[in-house]
Amino acid sequence: MLSIRNLKVSIKGKEILKGINLEVKAGEVHAIMGPNGTGKSTLAYVIAGREGYEVTEGEIIFKGRNILDLSAEERACEGLFLGFQYPVEIPGVSITNFLRTAINEQRKYKGLDPVPAVEFLAKMEEKKQLLELQEKLASRSVNEGFSGGEKKKNEIFQMAMLEPSLAILDETDSGLDIDALRIVATGVNKLRRPDNATIVITHYQRLLEYIIPDVVHVLFDGRIVKSGGKELALLLEEKGYEWIRSES
Amino acid sequence: MEKNQNNILEEVTTSDYKYGFHTNIEMDLAAVGLSEDTVRFISAKKNEPDWLLEFRLSAYHHWLTLTEPNWAHIHHPAIKYQDIIYYAAPKRKKELTSLDEVDPELLDTFKKLGISLEEQKKLSGVAVDAVIDSVSVKTTFTDTLSKYGVIFCSFSDAVQNHPDLVKQYMGSVVPSNDNFFAALNSAVFSDGSFCYIPKGVRCPVELSTYFRINAANTGQFERTLIVADEGAYVSYMEGCTAPMRDENQLHAAIVEIVAMKDAEVKYSTVQNWYPGNKKGEGGIYNFVTKRGICKGSHSKISWTQVETGSAITWKYPSVVLMGDNSIGEFYSVAVTNNFQQADTGSKMIHLGKNTKSTIISKGISAGQSNNSYRGLVKVIKRAENARNFSQCDSLLLGDKCGAHTYPYIKAENHTSIIEHEATTSKISDDQLFYCKQRGISSESAIGLIVNGYAKEVLMHLPMEFAVEAQKLLAISLEGSVG
Repeated sequence: MLSIRNLKVSIKGKEILKGINLEVKAGEVHAIMGPNGTGKSTLAYVIAGREGYEVTEGEIIFKGRNILDLSAEERACEGLFLGFQYPVEIPGVSITNFLRTAINEQRKYKGLDPVPAVEFLAKMEEKKQLLELQEKLASRSVNEGFSGGEKKKNEIFQMAMLEPSLAILDETDSGLDIDALRIVATGVNKLRRPDNATIVITHYQRLLEYIIPDVVHVLFDGRIVKSGGKELALLLEEKGYEWIRSES
Repeated sequence: MEKNQNNILEEVTTSDYKYGFHTNIEMDLAAVGLSEDTVRFISAKKNEPDWLLEFRLSAYHHWLTLTEPNWAHIHHPAIKYQDIIYYAAPKRKKELTSLDEVDPELLDTFKKLGISLEEQKKLSGVAVDAVIDSVSVKTTFTDTLSKYGVIFCSFSDAVQNHPDLVKQYMGSVVPSNDNFFAALNSAVFSDGSFCYIPKGVRCPVELSTYFRINAANTGQFERTLIVADEGAYVSYMEGCTAPMRDENQLHAAIVEIVAMKDAEVKYSTVQNWYPGNKKGEGGIYNFVTKRGICKGSHSKISWTQVETGSAITWKYPSVVLMGDNSIGEFYSVAVTNNFQQADTGSKMIHLGKNTKSTIISKGISAGQSNNSYRGLVKVIKRAENARNFSQCDSLLLGDKCGAHTYPYIKAENHTSIIEHEATTSKISDDQLFYCKQRGISSESAIGLIVNGYAKEVLMHLPMEFAVEAQKLLAISLEGSVG
């Protein structure tokens, strides 16, 4: 699904990622953990194709293809989804309109006709129920006036609608109360399929009680310094990041 | 990796004008230039009564004493008023009774614009009074309307068939000496639309007129007069596109609206005239005087405009709130791109008690354009408990354009409440990336964000216009011209 090899990335000449290697197979859930400022969000943005990052070395192979030359929207159309840590507000644009536009642009990319309105609305209904979303959410403007929890739920809702091959969830658990956390995690679990994969980026072990990862990676100072099973997350929780610092 | 933000913005904001074509139709032209003879020529061509010739001549003589206003935030080469042809009409051999008799090339023009008359007639239930250059070519739905006693015809026809109504109301809202461009229009106006809704009648269809400037070097001077008698209601739509021409074309229209007691007039415009090329050459100069008067109590006038075209827009649709408890509204989206200049806004003049007005203005600037909001809210001493709410928002795309707000407020009593809010924002990189990450291209993203931004105004447009307006907003700012 995703294969990152020796990825080095700089921002304004300062090296942030110093040779990342990562293999994610279809059907897997990976967790990337690490203290603040170690490059977790940078990694997410670079995979998603955000501009302003200079890839100095390495490659990102997604579904057998190096995607470094693709634009952010092309990568999205290829099936890559980023759940944002800070989802942005788009005033006046309803979630319905936003998602219909997104789905149709992705279909256009694949040479498909726009989704019929009835089919689209039925899918909205189905996914809303899956995520226990309020009825009125779909008619509200994208993230405008949303609480932190609503914003994150909306990210998962968009993920459910767009059905990506690979979803990267960047700090989806930050700012969530326990109920919202449960709903978000349940959503992610329900959307798990043998043909898709998820990367969960998180600061805390808490989320991983709800989303059970196959592999846990620890990102520290621009490198993945440790990988292991789900027990690694517990070990981290117990010993703290200081333990990694002393190990590395 | 990817192009930087400014490159993308530049790319998506440099689209070509979609409606650039020119129709060859035989024209009946006045001599070049403006003189008393020109005025007499136009009046004679239209078989006008003496009082109307007098109206024109007095406007002309007053115009000679005026100078062009220079207070607007716009710049243009001097307009050579003596180089303009003031009258051009497609030659007509006889009266037309059906579409079959309309010049096929003219019909073709409408088809290119997507406004074929027969389709309009069948599908939309909209009565269309189509104006090419200066003479109305075809009026539809007249029969339906006449059942209700609604008069909807070309201004010239109104002069011939309803002279008393025209005489009573013409110039009563915008006097011929109101301003430089109003005086010019009053002297040489060619044609336009006239609409009268009798007492207590709710006009059963949306009235629509399409204006189109088509003859090279021909200034166009429309005149529209809408009168809603007591308790009447009408929704009137005006929309226009113009062919691509090299010379600047002057357009100085007048729209007058009269709303009597309990009457309501809703006037919607989608304006998409040729804005000039990417270097800022050519394009329409649009100097328009639009004003309505809420003459009776509890009357209401509402202006909604979507302005995407013209090289220069100088336009301040206004409402004089004379009747007690009357309401004035102004909803506007003005888009400027490349080298376009817009100085637009509204005037709300509160004369009656408990009068209310709302101004919502959304300016969108891209390229190297300039977009100004200029508004006046005036409350006289007698207008107790008047209320105004104004909101003027500016959205900037890129860093070479300008947005300006000039609100003027004059309140002469202590019981009135006037609120003014203004914001300026940019489409952020975060917003664009968010959309792109969902698979939405930069162009579509900008269209989406801009339409969201303008939603508050677009929702006031009649349904059939709203769709066209949304497309226009996107087209004006994007490179993807279909």
